[in-house]
Amino acid sequence: MNTNTNGRFGDFGGCYIPEILMGEIVRLEAEYERYKNDADFQKELTTLLNEYAGRPSLLYFAEKMSKDLGGAKVYLKREDLNHTGSHKINNVLGQALLAKKMGKTRVIAETGAGQHGVATATAAALLGLECEVFMGKEDMERQLLNVYRMKLLGTTVHAVTSGSMVLKDAVNETMREWANRMEDTHYVLGSVMGPHPFPMMVRDFQAIISKEARQQILEKEGKLPSVVIACVGGGSNAIGTFYNFIPDASVQLIGCEAAGRGVDTAETAATVATGRLGVFHGMKSLFCQDSDGQIAPVYSISAGLDYPGIGPEHAFLHDSGRAKYVPVTDEEAVQAFEYLAKTEGIICAIESAHAIAHAIKLAGQLSPEESIIVCISGRGDKDVAAIARYRGEDLHE
Amino acid sequence: MSRIANAFKDKAFVAFLTGGDPDIAATEEFVMQIVKAGADVIEIGIPFSDPIAEGPVIQSASVRALAAGTTLEGLFQLVSRLRQKTEIPLLFMGYLNPIFNYGYEAFFKRCATVGVDGIIIADLPFEESAEVRQYASVSGVDLISMVAPTSDSARIKQIATDATGFVYVVSSKGVTGVRSGFSDNLNELLAEVKASTNVPAAVGFGIHTPEQAAAMAKQADGVIVGSAIVKIIEKYGREAGEKLYEYVKEMKQAL
Repeated sequence: MNTNTNGRFGDFGGCYIPEILMGEIVRLEAEYERYKNDADFQKELTTLLNEYAGRPSLLYFAEKMSKDLGGAKVYLKREDLNHTGSHKINNVLGQALLAKKMGKTRVIAETGAGQHGVATATAAALLGLECEVFMGKEDMERQLLNVYRMKLLGTTVHAVTSGSMVLKDAVNETMREWANRMEDTHYVLGSVMGPHPFPMMVRDFQAIISKEARQQILEKEGKLPSVVIACVGGGSNAIGTFYNFIPDASVQLIGCEAAGRGVDTAETAATVATGRLGVFHGMKSLFCQDSDGQIAPVYSISAGLDYPGIGPEHAFLHDSGRAKYVPVTDEEAVQAFEYLAKTEGIICAIESAHAIAHAIKLAGQLSPEESIIVCISGRGDKDVAAIARYRGEDLHE
Repeated sequence: MSRIANAFKDKAFVAFLTGGDPDIAATEEFVMQIVKAGADVIEIGIPFSDPIAEGPVIQSASVRALAAGTTLEGLFQLVSRLRQKTEIPLLFMGYLNPIFNYGYEAFFKRCATVGVDGIIIADLPFEESAEVRQYASVSGVDLISMVAPTSDSARIKQIATDATGFVYVVSSKGVTGVRSGFSDNLNELLAEVKASTNVPAAVGFGIHTPEQAAAMAKQADGVIVGSAIVKIIEKYGREAGEKLYEYVKEMKQAL
């Protein structure tokens, strides 16, 4: 099994960070190990997830879509219905609660599209923690509403002006801030990436998605699905959706990467398709990089998938062949976004639309006795203006 | 005696500049000015796209160096040329990915061939250093370890015991860049390092005035100055040579 040994998933993972942060990282690992087996902590977290975030999330049978595609039954795991509108809240409530138990009074976080920033700001408001979010200046301009949401929640948002001013630069700046102040501050990392213990810890907090989905599909179908599909940037909703299906060898796991304008162009964020092994942001994994080992600027219509790496556990699942990763272009994702809205009345996040796009390609090839689960990682309100612009309508928030 | 050990016979002034900022030819000239001014060790920064341990000054230097087309190959050739002119210890300082990407074995062989004496890797903590250390050691290149005010006694002991070249003692929390105050426990940190190793200990991060350098040198075997030097290069560009000479001379005299 892909259990974690010294923060490794096969050769991937590890903990490659400056010495200044090592003491805090070692402490975090020890505290997490302690609380993850602590019944009171788990009970408190479950109460927050159920009473505040609205779990369990629905496993919805998309009947109209299934009929239209003429193959497998398509089920949607509705993480978009969680409080704050995405799966990010699962991880954030876990980490914010842990931070409180560790005696921290302040949390910091990076954000790309703003979903993780909003979720962190929300948890901080609820649990009485001070919160500061780092967001690329470019992303702030793309996601004005989310920036204001964070402000409403009492969070200070810092514009990151270094590098290409997007998600990876926001991670850089949050790490720098953590190196500056860690005694009262926890870094709520938003995906299954970064130095150990983050990839393991975030996965554990997101694994609730597949824990529920597995039980729900068995109740509805009486058997396991043939395929489980999720979009992958850093990979937190995907690992959460895959995790409890990993031991079920008959279930195919498919991660959908953002191909942007195509994997044969420079404007892509498809790490498995175009990246190679490297060490960055604390982990050994696959990264988009140039011939000299400089991290490449990446592009996707989706700010949430606009990251040049992939979590180490995904790199391992790819390497071992247990999961498959496929690229999905902007155009395919936008078409799927529109398709789901018209067919099922669900406006999903443009990130999740990457997974829908692959389900559309696949469903017809399977029999009506089979089922597919697709994770709808978030809702799409935040993307409406960008999709309109993509279609040539001059709409601004 | 290795070049590094030799450089620490008296209090050493360690100067950092980013390789290729504003271009490789300028770096070559700047290094020679700094050597002439009396520096004892030179650290050449390998520019990286995402330098997470750097403050704004060295971040900007990385941007300038990469924009000028600086590559590892260009830096190896730079060191090779510098080695014809000086016997000063030349170190690389950088991040792991460009080195990993080059291939550890090939990288350290090349370091040894061109005359790089040691390397500091900002995002390689002790726990992960074995994969690099074996190749560094075979090639006779010192892997310089860092300790920080946040390192506990057990870590300090572990790191210092395995240290080669010198121990890089980080003066305070945060990223690189000039500052007025340093960690309260710096003297104890230095004492703990010295109790576990015979290799010299040099303090870096934030030092920029002769007074700070003089105060640090009372406890440490050397002081490391980076951002203050890079700031001069930022301000004067290709014309920075003379200003660098004056600054380094003043700093060295303060030790």
